Amino acid sequence: MNIFLQYTLLIYFLPLIAFGIQIFVGKRLPRQGDWVSIGAVLTTLILSLALFAGMLLNYNPHFEQNFSFTWLETANFKITMGFLIDNITIIMLLVVAIVSSASHIFSLKYMAGDPRYSRFYAYLSLFTFSMNGIVLANSLMLLYMSWELVGLSSYLLIGFWFEKDSVANAGKKAFLTNRVGDIGFFIGIMLLFTAIGSFSYSDIFAGVADGRITGTLLTLAGIGLFMGAVGKSAQFPLHIWLPDAMEGPTPVSALIHAATMVAAGVFMMVRVFPILTPDAQILIAYIGGFTALFAATIAITRTDIKQVLAYSTLSQLGYMIMVVGTGAYIAAFFHLVIHAMFKANLFYGAGSVIHGMHHALHDLKDHKTDPQDMRNMGGLKAKMPITFWAMLISSLAISGIPFFSGFLSKDAILAGTLALVERTHSHHLLLIFGFGAALLTAFYMFRMIFITFYNQPSRPQIFARMKESPRAMLIPLIVLSVLSVYIFYTLPNINPLSDKGWFTHLVEAKESLVPGGINPTVHDIEESIHHSHTPAMITSLIVAAMGLLLAWLMYFKKTLSAEVWAKRLKPLYNLSYNKYYIDEIYNKVLYRPFLKLADWVAYLDWNVYDKYFINGFGKVTVWLAKIVGIADYEGLDQGVVDSFGRGTKRLGGSLKKLQTGKIQSYILFAALAVVIILILQVL
Amino acid sequence: MDNLQVYLIIAALLFSLGLFAVITRRNAIAVLMGVELILNAANLNLIAFARFGGMNITGHIFALFVIVLAAAEVAVALAIILNIYQNFNSINVDEAQQLKQ
Amino acid sequence: MINLVFWFFVILIVLSAFSVVLNKNLIYAAISLLLTFLGIAALYVFLWADFMAGTQVLIYIGGILILLLFGIMLTHKITSVKISHTSVQKGIGGAVVLVLFIGLLWMIKITPWKMESAMEPEQTVNTIGTLLMTDFLLPFEVASVLLLGALIGAAVLARKES
Repeated sequence: MNIFLQYTLLIYFLPLIAFGIQIFVGKRLPRQGDWVSIGAVLTTLILSLALFAGMLLNYNPHFEQNFSFTWLETANFKITMGFLIDNITIIMLLVVAIVSSASHIFSLKYMAGDPRYSRFYAYLSLFTFSMNGIVLANSLMLLYMSWELVGLSSYLLIGFWFEKDSVANAGKKAFLTNRVGDIGFFIGIMLLFTAIGSFSYSDIFAGVADGRITGTLLTLAGIGLFMGAVGKSAQFPLHIWLPDAMEGPTPVSALIHAATMVAAGVFMMVRVFPILTPDAQILIAYIGGFTALFAATIAITRTDIKQVLAYSTLSQLGYMIMVVGTGAYIAAFFHLVIHAMFKANLFYGAGSVIHGMHHALHDLKDHKTDPQDMRNMGGLKAKMPITFWAMLISSLAISGIPFFSGFLSKDAILAGTLALVERTHSHHLLLIFGFGAALLTAFYMFRMIFITFYNQPSRPQIFARMKESPRAMLIPLIVLSVLSVYIFYTLPNINPLSDKGWFTHLVEAKESLVPGGINPTVHDIEESIHHSHTPAMITSLIVAAMGLLLAWLMYFKKTLSAEVWAKRLKPLYNLSYNKYYIDEIYNKVLYRPFLKLADWVAYLDWNVYDKYFINGFGKVTVWLAKIVGIADYEGLDQGVVDSFGRGTKRLGGSLKKLQTGKIQSYILFAALAVVIILILQVL
Repeated sequence: MDNLQVYLIIAALLFSLGLFAVITRRNAIAVLMGVELILNAANLNLIAFARFGGMNITGHIFALFVIVLAAAEVAVALAIILNIYQNFNSINVDEAQQLKQ
Repeated sequence: MINLVFWFFVILIVLSAFSVVLNKNLIYAAISLLLTFLGIAALYVFLWADFMAGTQVLIYIGGILILLLFGIMLTHKITSVKISHTSVQKGIGGAVVLVLFIGLLWMIKITPWKMESAMEPEQTVNTIGTLLMTDFLLPFEVASVLLLGALIGAAVLARKES
């Protein structure tokens, strides 16, 4: 058997085996079986590293291996499943393995003593398995199946502490919101399948290149696929689930809701980029750019440390989506990899702080204070030096400061956006989105750093009891901090201002396959990026420095008062503080009207139908005797109102009869349906 | 008797009668009998196709597995029916409808 | 002569199957089911499936039917003489099934069946045994696990709660 296939099969199935063991016998194993999951994930890490080393030795940008087998064959079509292994796959496998291993190790202490400890590890393994499925899939079919599986494990892990109502609701919200996006995704897949007759990437690419699906239909298919990404990568307007998902345990937030699963949407867009039409691309760019700025403006007023990070994740994902739309989609994948490292690190750092706060509050027997609220922290640098340094390095990375990884990819994204504007001489709004978000990112990240780690402790008695987290939680922090340094992404080149290196060599942009040459070629895009590279870099440095300075003045020097400015910009502040009332709007336009409709029908039934028809019989007789003149109106009223009520009731009654609970009538209906189909066939 | 259609028609009749029993009988065991009729109809088809498709033994093996499944199904179904009987003191399918709420 | 035997069994199957479905007495229905199974076993012989005919008699009549009879006995007070039961939604059910049956007949009629002639084999047991141990080994093993699971499951389900 091919060595790549062997490795990937192991990487794919080991976490599944671990899941099976954990879920069935985990509780009875020594240490509740955490070593099963950790062993499995560390083995996948080693195998991924081996694949990665092989890729570096090979150093071939065109490396690609495709393994597939027939899963289902009928007279009309054949569905194959299998793995596609190219450089993107190998890099992504390594990212998932690193972050997942870090999560497993971090949870050793973070989740210690939880009554469902073994089940937590089981779910983590299930997630790792499904995420690897997304990465390895060579067809939209396997991708979609894994897509739903990560949705399931995300639901299980968000709602892990389901005893609390808000947690259970957050899980449901995430699941249902994703459903909306997935419907679009499914429609997109089916559009492609009906036109081309296959789910596999290579067949779809060939089919699009042949012109078997073109024009509006292809645009619609691309937008359909993008809707899946909107749901999973939490883009506006389906972003509402991600901040709520922070109710889950912090290692889960780091693994699923920062580094890997939410990036699956971006990963999918990178995979299918060659079939996107220009119209679809522009829509993608605007949605992503808008989300980037929109989420950043919300992040600046959050007080919960995990919420800051959640909105920052939204904003960064918006960046990646935006650059997919501008055509320089390799930059999106670059940022995905780098973002996974520093954002996971930030979450582990936040988890470490929350862990410390939690124990301090526990010692104080204080169960009211929120351990995640930054306003209860302050000055923690002295107590948690390693956590502080880890978070500082990651914040520098996310803000786009040179010598750190985030600078390279953020620069690539902004250069790609600027290049699009220069090529088309329009879409200047995207620049405001991009650079505005860059400014705000530096601001809110350092706002968080200053409030949490500097200044005087706001609650001295808590501060006195804080201490650094145990070693199992610090190891992931240190490893990921080291991986936030630029040099790992640019070797063999050591110039910190240029992103040229193994990554840009090994991951090559694919030519657009949309026929008619309506998309710019890779050469055009690269040419224009080359021109816009330096201005983009200088501007991004300036805005990042401005954001950093602003945060320093407001929250460290305090020469600018945050309160005064909040008051001065009251309407804007309120908008940001209330997250632009999006949840309230959804509540009002979707949820309430349904309730109102129900109320209205009930009102009709009780107050109109019952009152006038039943009780009103006597009254009407009197009225008829008394005022014959307006009896006409009453009669009319009654005729109309009455039939309304009765109609509703009758409809309800006949619908109720369908739902009898008798299995046999269900079978009867099934048989009836077969008969109807039969008759339709004959006619 | 050397004619495929005869067997198919018998099987179709058995299937229809079995379905009729499943739909109309109130007693759960009678419903099970209907299911057995349906399975037998399927088996008859399989073996008839095996005979008229060049004596292909694979059809027999398929039928064998159907019989195995039928045996497993009857054992489990009867156990469930006994449970229902203990709970409701009756095995009429239309009375066991608490899931309706 | 042999034709006569064949049609005898066909009529037996049809009549007894109707009795299974329509007989008000559950015990009679079960006995009718026995006749149906027997008739089908006979048809298997006409189809050169000697092993399957034996299996049909052994498992369906010897196993499944006895199990069903046990079920009837265990769930009815044996003292009440009438072990009867009623039917529901007979009219619409009958109509649907009738249409379905006509549809099946029509399909049997219009389909161009591909026939292949073959010689009658001496016996089929050898071939079936070989196939079960070679090509169908995995399904065979899975079926045994399934039977074991059904056995344990049935025992667990039917056990009285202590």
